[in-house]
Amino acid sequence: MSQVQLPATAPLLTRKGWSAFLVALLLVCALAPVLNLLVPQGSVFHMSDYTVALLGRIMCYAICALAMDLIWGYTGILSLGHGLFFALGGYVMGMYLMRQIGRDGNYKSDLPDFMVFLDWKELPWHWALSDSFVATLLLIVLVPGLVAFVFGYFAFRSRIKGVYFSIITQAMTFAAMLLFFRNETGFGGNNGFTDFKRILGLPIATQNMRMVLFVLTGLTLLAFFLLARWLVRAKFGRVLQAIRDAESRVMFSGYNPLGYKLAIWTLSAVMCGIAGALYVPQVGIINPGEMSPANSIEIAIWAAVGGRGTLVGPIVGAFVVSGAKSWLTVAAPEFWLYFLGGLFIVVTLFLPNGIVGLAKKLKALNKKPAVEQST
Amino acid sequence: MFRKFLLSLAALLCAAQAQALTPAEAQAIVIGETDGRITALQQAVLNPDERKAALLQALADDAVKVAGGKVYIVRDDQATDPATGEKVALPDDAEDVINNNRMRGEIDTALAVLKLFSPDTKLRLDAARAMLKEPDAGRLPLLDKALAGEQDERVKAVLALARAAVLLASEDKSQRLTAAGALAQSRTPDTKLLLNERLSVESDAEVKAQLQSAIRQIDDSLRWGERLGAMFTGLSLGSILLLAALGLAITYGLMGVINMAHGELIMIGAYATYVVQGLFQTYLPGAFAWYLVAAVPVAFITSALVGAVLERSVIRFLYGRPLETLLATWGISLVLMQGVRSLFGAQNVAVENPVWMSGGWLLLPNLTLPYNRLVIIAFALAVLAGMALLIGRTRLGLFVRGVTQNRPIASCMGVNTARIDTYAFALGSGIAGLAGCALSQVGNVGPDLGQNYIVDSFMVVVLGGVGQLAGTVYAALGLGVLNKFLEGWTGAVLAKITVLVFIIIFIQKRPQGIFAVKGRSAE
Repeated sequence: MSQVQLPATAPLLTRKGWSAFLVALLLVCALAPVLNLLVPQGSVFHMSDYTVALLGRIMCYAICALAMDLIWGYTGILSLGHGLFFALGGYVMGMYLMRQIGRDGNYKSDLPDFMVFLDWKELPWHWALSDSFVATLLLIVLVPGLVAFVFGYFAFRSRIKGVYFSIITQAMTFAAMLLFFRNETGFGGNNGFTDFKRILGLPIATQNMRMVLFVLTGLTLLAFFLLARWLVRAKFGRVLQAIRDAESRVMFSGYNPLGYKLAIWTLSAVMCGIAGALYVPQVGIINPGEMSPANSIEIAIWAAVGGRGTLVGPIVGAFVVSGAKSWLTVAAPEFWLYFLGGLFIVVTLFLPNGIVGLAKKLKALNKKPAVEQST
Repeated sequence: MFRKFLLSLAALLCAAQAQALTPAEAQAIVIGETDGRITALQQAVLNPDERKAALLQALADDAVKVAGGKVYIVRDDQATDPATGEKVALPDDAEDVINNNRMRGEIDTALAVLKLFSPDTKLRLDAARAMLKEPDAGRLPLLDKALAGEQDERVKAVLALARAAVLLASEDKSQRLTAAGALAQSRTPDTKLLLNERLSVESDAEVKAQLQSAIRQIDDSLRWGERLGAMFTGLSLGSILLLAALGLAITYGLMGVINMAHGELIMIGAYATYVVQGLFQTYLPGAFAWYLVAAVPVAFITSALVGAVLERSVIRFLYGRPLETLLATWGISLVLMQGVRSLFGAQNVAVENPVWMSGGWLLLPNLTLPYNRLVIIAFALAVLAGMALLIGRTRLGLFVRGVTQNRPIASCMGVNTARIDTYAFALGSGIAGLAGCALSQVGNVGPDLGQNYIVDSFMVVVLGGVGQLAGTVYAALGLGVLNKFLEGWTGAVLAKITVLVFIIIFIQKRPQGIFAVKGRSAE
């Protein structure tokens, strides 16, 4: 039996890739804090608090887009329910932050304000662990992970795929949204959680804390990028791509796609959950609106605009689309939906590989004449 | 005063003879201190006729003037004499009659009582019902009189109930017993309330037992009404779901196009109805009651045109790529929504029911079937029948089925598949427009209209099975009824969640839907 010749494994990142990665790392960990905290206000180089908040938020979105890319771009499963995992992570964090308010709420009670308002006397069972930061960190991973695992297990086991899967994930996040809107489920109903005061006993609304969260988000994004890069390069990632391209053939070759799909689906959900947990302390609010089907679809469009099946693409996409959103919703609010809708149509019709795909194509066009000349 | 008393006494004695309004009576009602006027009013009402009704109506409308101790009704600058109804000249020094709030209340009550003797059966019925709701011992003679003169059986029955309701508070125990027995036959929530009220103050054990048995009897019959009512609202919701899903059954079920903009096509149909309504209001106010008849084809054509344009410009390039179609059509839905917002504003617009669709059919005392819901159920069935005929019996339907079953072979047979795609998509979109036209009659019309139905209608199609008209019907009606029954137990939101969870579990078990396609075309 002759040994199958496998192509040589590509390095984790090329030399150029590593230098770009280091530049990004420096930007997040050194340059941004210096520009925001040390450069005085009024200087041209000062980075405003608004910019910090905006970029911090967009980096959370980028984590979601990366997670979406792993499941959609690399495995071919379009989820329209990733907003749910994002919101679940956010809610776990929000519960902790609500407990951190302590007696400083409007009603000066140990219970969060909305519970006093509903005339509840004690915390419901699912709030039991919310005063411990360690437990919260665990739950941020466990809750979205578990929900995704159970849902995914049943869905993938009965081989629901394609559009069916997309639609039932949408139904899932829609149902969850309705549930969280209810007051009696104990998640603050319509208003969700807000008015946070402290995190780990430190005041949350200071410039320094915002910077800490910003750096943390940036580091998480970069770490997830490396993890994703490592995953898709490994054999695991190759099986995923094989599932995307021809699932039946993968099965005929003796692989059971269930485990692979379930693993990447759960990982993707956990990444979204972590993004949500980083998002909530930065924006200071979480409510069921985050679970609306529209939000989940927006995650998909970040990945599509940037370029599916590449790892840089979704991050670029998240920055471009969210940047455009925060600019357009202020400059011309009535055009934002036209723009977003048009983006969906243009990207699917003309840019199947997104911005990154377009860049590659342009590069190839530039190179071609050079090649011809040399021969 | 004494003379007037005698007069009304005489009137009471010879009740059958209609006693016309005398000038003296009119003066007593209109002129003087409030107390005196009210007494006169109450006297007059005991013996009603049309002239009195006219005078009271005029009083309620502030159309009565007084000059030199004489009373005039002034309408459209023309004064009439209240007693004779003849036109008279209005003296220059005529003054308006001022009614304080107490007087107004009395006038309104008196008007209601007068309606008991109106020649219009419907008015009499309404008045009798109003009397039933608020029993008043002082009106017993009036009720007796009305009962004696009443010819219509339905009005008679209600009057008898109203009389029993008054007697329920009677001093005489045997009268209370008969009254409770009579009220048990009424079977309406209102009488149940009356019986309960009496039960709380009743001291006699025998009467108490009778009251309780009457309440039980009413409860039994009410339960039926409630059950049927839940069934009907379920059917009604089901018919709406059916309309919303029928279009999808073509575009998604037959053609396999995931059209997330389907909800917006429904919305366009609703807005088309709104525009037609506006045009009728401006140009054809006489035919306004029939605007809906014109709106139906307009809604169909508008949505079908939008659908055809979408198919030609976007969707045709995405056949065979369902996920991309999903995203692109989602984008289209955003653009359409924002477009409608720019054109008509972000607020909901008002679409009125035509006259013939308002009101309802009183089936049981606590069960009224609103006409608009009945019309929509009939409409859904008609659309369904039309679609079944079109797909099953016409040449176009044959081509659509052929193209969906085997595109290359259909093409080889000379079918212009690209054109058939456009037609089929336009047809599905047009049916969405019809759904919008129907929805505008029962719900709010706003830019977000479609968003509320898109998840539901996809669920219906998925549950029913792709490519199956019959499945769509069963799934829509089933989901509608299930949803409404669950709502009774758990409230609207939890019912919706339960249904969604049920569908998710169901698809696990039967990914092909209730009615799976068998044979080679099944994947």
